[in-house]
Amino acid sequence: MVFVISRIPRTLALILVGAGLSISGFIMQQLSQNRFVSPTTSGGLEAAKMGILFAFILFPEASLTVRMLSALVFTFFCALLFIFFVEQVKHKNTVFIPLVGLMFGSILASVSTFFAFKHNIVQNTQEWLLGDFSAVLQGQYEAIYIILPVVVISYIYAERFTIAGMGESFAKNLGLSYHTIVYIGLLSVSLVVSASVVTVGAIPFVGLIIPNVVSMLIGDNLRRALPLTAFMGAVLLLVCDILGRLLVFPYEIPIGMTVGIIGGVTFFILILKRSK
Amino acid sequence: MKQRQKIIITLIILVIAVILFITYNMGNNIDYVLSRRGIRLATMIIVGISVAFSSVIFQTITNNRILTPSIMGYESIFILFQTLIVYVYGDKAFNVISQQENFFYAVLLMLFFSVFMYLLIFGRQRKNIFYLLLLGMVMGTLFNTLSQFMHVVIDPNEFSIVQNFMFVSFAKMNVKLLGIASGTLLVALVIAIRYIKYLDVIALGKDHAINLGLDYNKLIRLYMLIIALLVSVSTALVGPITFLGILVTNLTYELFKAKKHIHIVWLCSAVSCICLIVGQFFIEHVLSFSTTVSIVINFIGGVYFMYLIWRTRKKIS
Amino acid sequence: MENQKENKLVFQGIVKEYGKKKVVDGLDGAIKDNAITSLIGPNGAGKSTLLSILSRLLKQDGGDVFFMEQKLQDYKSSELAKKLSILKQSNQMDVKLTVRDLVAFGRFPYSKGRLTATDWQKVEEAIAFSDLQDFADAYIDELSGGQRQRAFIAMIIAQDTDYILLDEPLNNLDMKHSVHVMKTLRRLVDELGKTVVIVIHEINFAAQYSDYIIALKDGKICYNDTTHRVINPHILHEIFGIAFDIIEKNDRKICNYFNL
Repeated sequence: MVFVISRIPRTLALILVGAGLSISGFIMQQLSQNRFVSPTTSGGLEAAKMGILFAFILFPEASLTVRMLSALVFTFFCALLFIFFVEQVKHKNTVFIPLVGLMFGSILASVSTFFAFKHNIVQNTQEWLLGDFSAVLQGQYEAIYIILPVVVISYIYAERFTIAGMGESFAKNLGLSYHTIVYIGLLSVSLVVSASVVTVGAIPFVGLIIPNVVSMLIGDNLRRALPLTAFMGAVLLLVCDILGRLLVFPYEIPIGMTVGIIGGVTFFILILKRSK
Repeated sequence: MKQRQKIIITLIILVIAVILFITYNMGNNIDYVLSRRGIRLATMIIVGISVAFSSVIFQTITNNRILTPSIMGYESIFILFQTLIVYVYGDKAFNVISQQENFFYAVLLMLFFSVFMYLLIFGRQRKNIFYLLLLGMVMGTLFNTLSQFMHVVIDPNEFSIVQNFMFVSFAKMNVKLLGIASGTLLVALVIAIRYIKYLDVIALGKDHAINLGLDYNKLIRLYMLIIALLVSVSTALVGPITFLGILVTNLTYELFKAKKHIHIVWLCSAVSCICLIVGQFFIEHVLSFSTTVSIVINFIGGVYFMYLIWRTRKKIS
Repeated sequence: MENQKENKLVFQGIVKEYGKKKVVDGLDGAIKDNAITSLIGPNGAGKSTLLSILSRLLKQDGGDVFFMEQKLQDYKSSELAKKLSILKQSNQMDVKLTVRDLVAFGRFPYSKGRLTATDWQKVEEAIAFSDLQDFADAYIDELSGGQRQRAFIAMIIAQDTDYILLDEPLNNLDMKHSVHVMKTLRRLVDELGKTVVIVIHEINFAAQYSDYIIALKDGKICYNDTTHRVINPHILHEIFGIAFDIIEKNDRKICNYFNL
């Protein structure tokens, strides 16, 4: 019984979220043509948190679906604003963009804090937002399946994302509508981020490091890189989940933390490598 | 002429704000109220000046008006430190460690952190400063995750102790601490003012600065040290106010057309003090302490930051 | 080629304004088929604007562009991508693609990302045509500026359109790469019967390699004629405002504008 109610949903959720988040990072990096961009470094996670918080304050009894929709709307507009901003920046200093993205995130966080403090739920917000799969049970995680169609879309659209990333005139020359591609890409990313934040909480860095590692291994040829990206994202989360469960058995370290540490350190190394 | 009027008006507002803050609705116990308010006012002035100096210097050496030094992870390491103390000692935490000791260790930790980061980036190869910032922010995210985890684990009573540190409050100061803080600030200011004239040249950009004969790398190292000192002092004193720096520097640049950095830093200090005092006044008397000044300033500063990005979107970078 | 109608790319009364300033004002003309046409003129004359309008990257505020006797804006963008290509200057990116991957993008209008054997053959041909065989598997971010520009031109060649528009393709290239690029364009016209339009700054490259020159000044077309006729000291002086000395050698003209 434990197996059907808890283990299977948990494993499925881990695989889907891992694959979805790393693909989102991939899409964002292609669109912005910047290796350091991802939901973590563009305010995406914070926007989703904010969406949930607002749903929580405005409709305390809101169902999971309402929270997710709210998160989706916030994430999508945040992503739009961010990509729009990236487009406007003339000299694309590789490091400057994620820097502004992180700032962007902390602003959203400070706005959230403003309201959370008012409603005296600061500690609660920390709690539901730290990625954790232990609460994933049958009947409570199904929103996560929305990631599945996104994976398919990203596979169909992969080339188009890269083309759009090379610029509007580049896309137009090849007969593509630049803006449509950007919208589809960002909507996909927002769906993944909001679905995963609502069901399991924020998991930082996955979308950032996996595409980078894959790119280092086999370059950016999309047809080859995408499946590996999804696969490695899933593997990372599974490994982190197992680690989190074994290290302090019988307790559990939330996955948001194990991934946060492993991902943070990896990103750290990536930056150092890049700065040479 | 107009410039001078603006400066005078700013100073008058500052004086009015100070007087109002001290004298408004004193009640019966005048001596007590006066001393409490005096301490709070002094704290705000120290913080205001630290934030103004560090932000102006930081923005000039990074050549960017939408960054602030406190994003580099200082605040996260501060919160992590405070959380750790509470995590280890529980609600007895602040019987074990005095406020002065806490301040001292926090400053030391933040300085150590910034030196470590600095060596990591600049030790091997002199690469652009944005890498340093990004690295700082990533470390910040990492620390945040750790703190977040502990926040979830500790019980709500203990969390409320941590929460006190997360959100600035000027109410919990004592005179001894104020003395130490103002001493540190003074040292930092003396160094800063001595070297501030070079900022006018550095504002032209690295290549021009070197062409004009400055030892660019040495100066940047020095400025980073000053910034680390200033940010550590203000953070350890009252906790994080991330967006105050962006808010006040940009207000200053918008209001005054000052060119020389020596003028800019002082004008900015005035603006920054006004923001804090007026903000605190409103929280005490209008909102009756229902929120804290840092949350309000971060909120306003954050919204203002978005507006800045929106407005200057073609010129940024 | 003979039985096809000439001048398939025609523009009439093109106006484009930014704010109140008219960058181009009432341009009329036609691009001669199966030839290289150079757009020349001083900075701000409207060369790049005209090129962008001809390639649908920019919408004109007045006038019409006709492509094969149909208005340009009536075409589906994806259809046009098989007939007309445009390469703008400065193609900077931060992706780890090989030259072959980049050139393969040229086949996107035909295969939408799923390349057939014929597509791959075209890609290899384009790489060979631009002399990039040795770099085909190198990552573009590791190439020199000149090699990278040639990789982008190879992509345009793989796109296999009859009309090829390039905005300052020689920008930032050294002499060797510049000559290489111009010779490649020449061969596109002479061997494959393409039509090429380029915006170009160095007058001698225009004089040596192009068949026709459209000279712009202050948003208007001053001359639209054969290279031989436009390369003339009086005309060039009128356009650029400096003195020119024309040296003829082997039936080609060289313009000297130094120390006159």
